[in-house]
Amino acid sequence: MRIAYFAWVRERMGIAEEAVELPAGIATVGDLVRWLATRDERGARAFAEPHRIRAALGGAMVGADAVIGDAEEVALFPPVTGG
Amino acid sequence: MIRVDVRPEPIDVAAELAAHDAGGHGASASFIGRVRGDDGLVELFLDHHPVLTARGLDELAAQAAARWRLGALTLIHRVGAMAPGDTIVLVLASSPHRAEALDATEYLIDRLKTDVMLWKRETFADGRAAWVEQRDGDHARAERWD
Repeated sequence: MRIAYFAWVRERMGIAEEAVELPAGIATVGDLVRWLATRDERGARAFAEPHRIRAALGGAMVGADAVIGDAEEVALFPPVTGG
Repeated sequence: MIRVDVRPEPIDVAAELAAHDAGGHGASASFIGRVRGDDGLVELFLDHHPVLTARGLDELAAQAAARWRLGALTLIHRVGAMAPGDTIVLVLASSPHRAEALDATEYLIDRLKTDVMLWKRETFADGRAAWVEQRDGDHARAERWD
């Protein structure tokens, strides 16, 4: 699976995207964010405040309880600010 | 005709309006969002998703077209680096009557701010740079249309 980062999440992670093998027990977007926050220092910086993180799965914005399943890409980003 | 685009190039409002109005419409409403040069802002950068930003705009345009009787709809968002005065977003909606054109335009700009994958970063003359925070008021305005 691929994780894509945007805006300050990308800056704090230092990368635009990465391929990961999800560890056992990571089922939802919320699980993924909690895992990334504990995985390394940059993850701790990017995901210290999970309530400020939004996600898209299979092309649609989803909540933290969305099941990742066999999605090709999960996008993680701050609340959007276009317009 | 529905025209939707996400592009790094400048938006030529006059050219877009000419293309939009080619068919002739009873009422055309517009919204033009521009970069403000407040507080010494020198650059506004718009980050976007290479696939999902365009898809989000397409979906928004389709929702507006399903909700109002629109003869033409143009929705163009610029991305990348911009300077004060540059056009960030252009919404044009046309209908036989003004109420639908005006409502559709307001709907599109309100929902754009909460539903589409776009992020603003401001850079100032003193070198400071900061990502813009979403405002609570944006959600309140977007939810009026639910």
